Amino acid sequence: MTVTQERVRRPQPRAAGPRPDDHGALKRAVGRNLTAYGFLCAALICFALFSWYPMVREVVLSFQENNFVDPGKWVGFDNFRNVIEDPAFRQAWLNTAVFSGLALVVGYAVPFVLAVVLNELKHAKAYLRFVVYLPVMLPPAVAVLLFKWFYDPGAGLFNQVLGAFGLPALSWLDSTSTALVSLVLVSTWMNLGTGTLIYLAALQSIPGDLYESAELDGAGMFRRIWHVTIPQTKLILLVMLLLQVVATMQVFIEPYLLTGGGPENATVTVAYLMYQYAFNFGDFGGGSALGLMLMVVLMTFSAIYLRVSREAER
Amino acid sequence: MTRTLVSPLALQSQRGRIIYWTILTITVVGFTGAFVFPLYWMITGALKSPDELAQIPPSFFPQSFDFGVYAEAWNQLQLGVFLKNTVLYAGGAWLFTLAVDVSAAYALSKLRPMFGKVVLGLMLATLMIPPMVLLLPTYLVAKDLPILHLDLLNTPWAIWLPAAANGFFVFLLKRFFDSIPKELLEAAEIDGASPMRILWSIVLPVSRPILGVVSILSVVTVWKDFVWPLLVLPETDKMSISVGIASLSAQMPQNVLIASLVIASLPTILVFFVFQRSIMAGLTAGSLKG
Repeated sequence: MTVTQERVRRPQPRAAGPRPDDHGALKRAVGRNLTAYGFLCAALICFALFSWYPMVREVVLSFQENNFVDPGKWVGFDNFRNVIEDPAFRQAWLNTAVFSGLALVVGYAVPFVLAVVLNELKHAKAYLRFVVYLPVMLPPAVAVLLFKWFYDPGAGLFNQVLGAFGLPALSWLDSTSTALVSLVLVSTWMNLGTGTLIYLAALQSIPGDLYESAELDGAGMFRRIWHVTIPQTKLILLVMLLLQVVATMQVFIEPYLLTGGGPENATVTVAYLMYQYAFNFGDFGGGSALGLMLMVVLMTFSAIYLRVSREAER
Repeated sequence: MTRTLVSPLALQSQRGRIIYWTILTITVVGFTGAFVFPLYWMITGALKSPDELAQIPPSFFPQSFDFGVYAEAWNQLQLGVFLKNTVLYAGGAWLFTLAVDVSAAYALSKLRPMFGKVVLGLMLATLMIPPMVLLLPTYLVAKDLPILHLDLLNTPWAIWLPAAANGFFVFLLKRFFDSIPKELLEAAEIDGASPMRILWSIVLPVSRPILGVVSILSVVTVWKDFVWPLLVLPETDKMSISVGIASLSAQMPQNVLIASLVIASLPTILVFFVFQRSIMAGLTAGSLKG
């Protein structure tokens, strides 16, 4: 390429004669920029089409009434009003919040405890690490359909196990009181491994002499966890908390495959309602309005996450 | 080995050893029960007849080992077609992602154009927006590409193009390229190598570890994805394996469905067996510096 050839001809350009060299430097700069943007253009197109433009489009869609034949008609906040007045709206936000909350209670503390235990064990290390991450590797649709079979009220695995321990059978997905919890259970099962291995990596970077001196000061096991382990992993714990909230609030595949939002809207989530608006009711305006609301909520969490993770990098 | 929470001394006492072995046993049994047993139940469930599946209490071992059900699942569900599609989507997305994101990261890291920081910032900003919330507008883009007015639905491009728009991969690659010493590239430049040649014969060979991580992450992401292929590949002949099984699941006998679940999970589990190290490396790279 021309840029490089020029550079080879005059290896020390900077301090030489003023005019012709300024010209050369400019030419080189232009050439370098052209080459760089040549390398960048494919990525720019992909990002523009599938990341940047959809963001703008979402805002536009949510303020328009659209049949995708005629140009969209601006309708102000009508879409938002319609969606908010939908009785499923409150239910969906409530379900999403409860889902995320329950997923946090189980899916946040358990991986940390598992990681602390795994970090102490000196045997079967590779096996335990492999096994805990196994469900994460299954395609989520497979894991969810597998659990759908386990939840079967008759011969399903879960009721059989409950029966074997002399416990009463549950109706899992068919009852308004257990359906959402059942979704949390699958979701936790298939995501637990990620958190566990990430915490484990964080635990391994804690200097051993911190525990040593804590012990010399007479700190017992739980005080060592409280005063050494947790402070040392504080940032990663916070990062994971935010990441998990963002991830679980997008829950879609579980209600889509397991319950279809039922029974009686007990498992309708915001993402699922958004999907229904667009693809079952043909209302992309309402769906986008919901998407935009979810985006604002999740971006708040993401923004905090970015700040925290930047701090973690230091 | 550095010490951890429990001191090595405590483990040497009789009491310490008893506690250690108890916890180890509980952990191994618990993990096996929670994470391996469901998979055992799946694999053996496929071998049971519909009658045996409905039987209470269930049989722990299948009564017969009739692997014919796997063949049945394969044929009835056209799993071959679904698998071939998924390989095409994941493989293409992998090549496409590497080509696009590696060149972008190289340009941003080594060629450093004007507004490079702004471009990088905009790419990283996409990480703040969960893909789910942009599902509808993104779907509309795939359905009717702006300016060109192409309909990408039911074509592999609907998977490949969005897969390449991955800010996280650009970030990972750029961070790695930044760590390649400048002198290495300058020497090649003085020898008259073009940027393309420098990328190909200097940058890429030393970047193998990160290329491995990005490769596996990109293949696995596309392979596991559900919502996006559900929307953009509605034709049965074009479906990915997850979507295909899910959409046909209602119409087939239980044991055939379970067999197809086994077949669908084999590829990712195999990948995990082989590339465990890279997958876990990618996991921690993502968490610490997302």
